[in-house]
Amino acid sequence: MSEAIKVEIVSPEHLVFSGAVKSVSVPGVEGYFTVMGTHAPLMSILKPGFVSVESEKEATSFYVGGGFADVSDSGVTILAEEAKTASDFEPSQIDDAIKQAEGLLAGAETPEAKNSAQALLDGWKNLALEVKD
Amino acid sequence: MPSLKDLQNRITSVKSTQKITKAMQMVASAKLRKAQEKAEASRPYAKRMNHVLKSLAQSYAGRDDAPVLLGGNGKDKVHLLVVATADRGLCGGFNSSIARFARDHANELLAQGKTVKIITIGKKGNDILRRLFKENIVEAISLREVKNIHYSNAAEIGEKILAMFENEEFDVATLFYSQFKSIISQIPTAHQLIPAQVEADESDKDEQVLNYDYEPNESDILKEFLPRNINVQIFSALLENGAGEMGAKMSAMDNASRNAGDMIDRLTLSFNRQRQAQITKELIEIISGAEALK
Repeated sequence: MSEAIKVEIVSPEHLVFSGAVKSVSVPGVEGYFTVMGTHAPLMSILKPGFVSVESEKEATSFYVGGGFADVSDSGVTILAEEAKTASDFEPSQIDDAIKQAEGLLAGAETPEAKNSAQALLDGWKNLALEVKD
Repeated sequence: MPSLKDLQNRITSVKSTQKITKAMQMVASAKLRKAQEKAEASRPYAKRMNHVLKSLAQSYAGRDDAPVLLGGNGKDKVHLLVVATADRGLCGGFNSSIARFARDHANELLAQGKTVKIITIGKKGNDILRRLFKENIVEAISLREVKNIHYSNAAEIGEKILAMFENEEFDVATLFYSQFKSIISQIPTAHQLIPAQVEADESDKDEQVLNYDYEPNESDILKEFLPRNINVQIFSALLENGAGEMGAKMSAMDNASRNAGDMIDRLTLSFNRQRQAQITKELIEIISGAEALK
């Protein structure tokens, strides 16, 4: 079993999430990546997408509208321009976002663009499921 | 000597003033709590930003290819002062202490033969500085319409400043605001925005420099990071100001209510004295009238 990793998601307005988890995946500008315990120090720009935090029991995802991820010895810090959980959205907003992501996927030409559009779409769909629960 | 009626009128008017100041004090204390919470909530972000900035700056230390926002553009001729004050008055010396601080700084720069440009955020600072530096003020921003300050408000101002920097309208930018220490103490502070100033943090002095991997690379990250850092600095300054304004207003209104109370006491005393004197006078008149009829 890997070591737990400390994750903090902060937006300019408040601290969104803080806790020790198993792994966290982050929408890096060059593709999604997952960080687990004792990761090498890394700093990355984030693109709009979903940060999902996985602990032993559950997975939570947050929408971030771009920002930075700072992975160091002390844990992962995500400096997000905006960070929202499922409960911050209206169901209609999510539906709109899903439609938009579908449009993006249909219009994607390169495999990379397709991948990132698919990831965005999946993220929104996950969020929609969370809202329904 | 004012008549009884005059005294009565003055007492009622002071009483109604006291009611207003008391109400304002209560409103300010309710708002203060909210503003303080917001200011505290924004601190983790600003702190982490500073931390990241520091590790980025360290990797650029001693190199001359640092981005202009970090290393400056090599000139020190035109200074931009961004003065953030409140939009409303009635908060004691809050606005004037920031304005005075900025004024002294501006005079110092002018004495050194530098050019000074001023952006004011908030109406009150503009009112004060306009009297002295009318030609120097390039823009006056008012957040009067904004009830709750959001990050986007700060980002807007930050972008304006950046656009000016890119057009080479100034070389060095400094932000003036009031740091919220407590309800009774707000400290006017100057913080240099461009070139970015790395704050020394006592707590992580002995932390070693990590060898970071950068994705995509250092300079791209800095390009994204530095403008955002400016926005965050402005945002936290605005929030600190918000809390400071309410704190200052609370103590100013507390003083005002107390003064009004003292004044009412004094007026009531002289009102009673005069009333008694009048009664005594009337009694004497009646008694001496009765004496005369005997």
